[in-house]
Amino acid sequence: MDDWRENQELLVMEGRIKVPYRWFAGEVGTRYFESLRDERKFLGTKCGKCGKVHHVPRRNCPDCFAECSEWVELGSSGTLETYTVVRRQHPQLAPLPLPYGYGIIRLDGADTGFLHLLHEFEEGGLATGMRVEAVFAEEREGKILDVRYFRPAKGVS
Amino acid sequence: MEPVAIVGVGMTEMRRERKADGYPDLVYEATRKALDDAGMEIGDVDNVITVSNDFFDGRTISSMAIQDACGSFDKNVSTVEGDGTFGAFYGLMRILSGSFGTTLVCAHHKGSESEMPLITNAMFDPIYERFLGVEAVTSSALQARAYMDKYGITEEQCAMVSVKNHGNAFANPVAQLPLKLTVDEVMASPYIADPIKLLDCCPISDGASAVILASAERAEKAAKKPVWVKGVAHCSDAYHLGDRDLSDVRALEEAARKAYAMAGIDDPKKQVDLVELYDAFTYMELMWLEGLGFCGRGEGGRLTASGETAMGGRLPVNASGGCLSGNPVLVAGLNRIIECVLQIRGEAGERQVEGARTAVAHGINGPCGQSHCVWVLGGEK
Repeated sequence: MDDWRENQELLVMEGRIKVPYRWFAGEVGTRYFESLRDERKFLGTKCGKCGKVHHVPRRNCPDCFAECSEWVELGSSGTLETYTVVRRQHPQLAPLPLPYGYGIIRLDGADTGFLHLLHEFEEGGLATGMRVEAVFAEEREGKILDVRYFRPAKGVS
Repeated sequence: MEPVAIVGVGMTEMRRERKADGYPDLVYEATRKALDDAGMEIGDVDNVITVSNDFFDGRTISSMAIQDACGSFDKNVSTVEGDGTFGAFYGLMRILSGSFGTTLVCAHHKGSESEMPLITNAMFDPIYERFLGVEAVTSSALQARAYMDKYGITEEQCAMVSVKNHGNAFANPVAQLPLKLTVDEVMASPYIADPIKLLDCCPISDGASAVILASAERAEKAAKKPVWVKGVAHCSDAYHLGDRDLSDVRALEEAARKAYAMAGIDDPKKQVDLVELYDAFTYMELMWLEGLGFCGRGEGGRLTASGETAMGGRLPVNASGGCLSGNPVLVAGLNRIIECVLQIRGEAGERQVEGARTAVAHGINGPCGQSHCVWVLGGEK
């Protein structure tokens, strides 16, 4: 099957899969995002058995496999557990101009970290363990980007 | 565990863009090679496990599209969407069930056909994480930072992994990216997401691989000396990155503990001759060496700097060149197993590790090594 191949450009079929999805935030997610949107407040869920406060919230505790029975209001500042500064990113993915950061942030009052964006920091100005604070979007719709990003905390930590 | 052996292996060359081959063509090539290696024909295969991912393939139920290429007509066929080490685990269990004497496991991947960051972004939760734009490199960078900060691992120590594995790849004819590098050159490569630089990252690859597993009875009929599964286990950690201590390797430690117990290994440092592990990024080789028990926590950098994991060292790691030198996703774990088989058989050519009798192969699934699969392979039943 090889003899015709010299000087042949091999064919490539271009395409794109476009499928709309509707991911349900559920009762837990809806309450969480409603609070972010309307009150600029982060909420976590507390395990009824071990008392661990999970953020982002969830219905059951993954550690002891019991129901999370209580909502807990969390601070909008927290501690940076780890971070990265992104220098190159696929243009369809980057939600902020480069360079921006990602961090795992443990909000005050939570026992777990969560992933969010970092911005408004100096080159070399991020460090594990530093205090960061949320910057909310002016127009909020009930989604994770209602928090635009976190930045190094300006007030007293 | 009843004895089960790997009796046939086949790999395509890994390349950045194999334009002359659709993925069924790659699957056929790998399957044909594995059958020839085992001295078998397709009729000798009792059941088939395919390994694929619909997002990468750009079609749903992607496993069904390669049925003719892997010879699974008229056979019981099932699929694993995950790394090849997990596919082989399922193939092994099917033999242990007593229902099948042989299993063909084949994996394929064409990274050239889509856009990797968009697909790895889609592994993250669409409610809380995905629309932040995180994908495989940036999530791994969070893990690298957590690990390096906790244990004082340096970027130079990570760079040594890149130098070593790209150098090893020169002796592996199927490797995609043999490179003669210095630590300075790796350090000078541009940052993608701090602390990960371009030369800390595996490439995007096309490739396929296949292995044939057999019961002891069926292994007797194979053309080559069987390589026996001495121990195997997998274990998973939490999904949300913030639920985990990313510097931790508890899922790997648990998988290794179980696999070693099965294999009768109580001191892996002394009883294992070589390791093939999933080095998608350089820091991972250091972390996984620790999780696999070849050194204490935080000592992976020092172990690598000592030269012990280099060819000719006490414990060669990724003699094949590793994922850094060719990373068809899903296929990559199967390639770790295949390299161990070739080494134990004494068929690894220029990269042969002297006296290779017991080898550890390792694969991962999910962001930042969420789950780990550990195989201990040996030449003796």
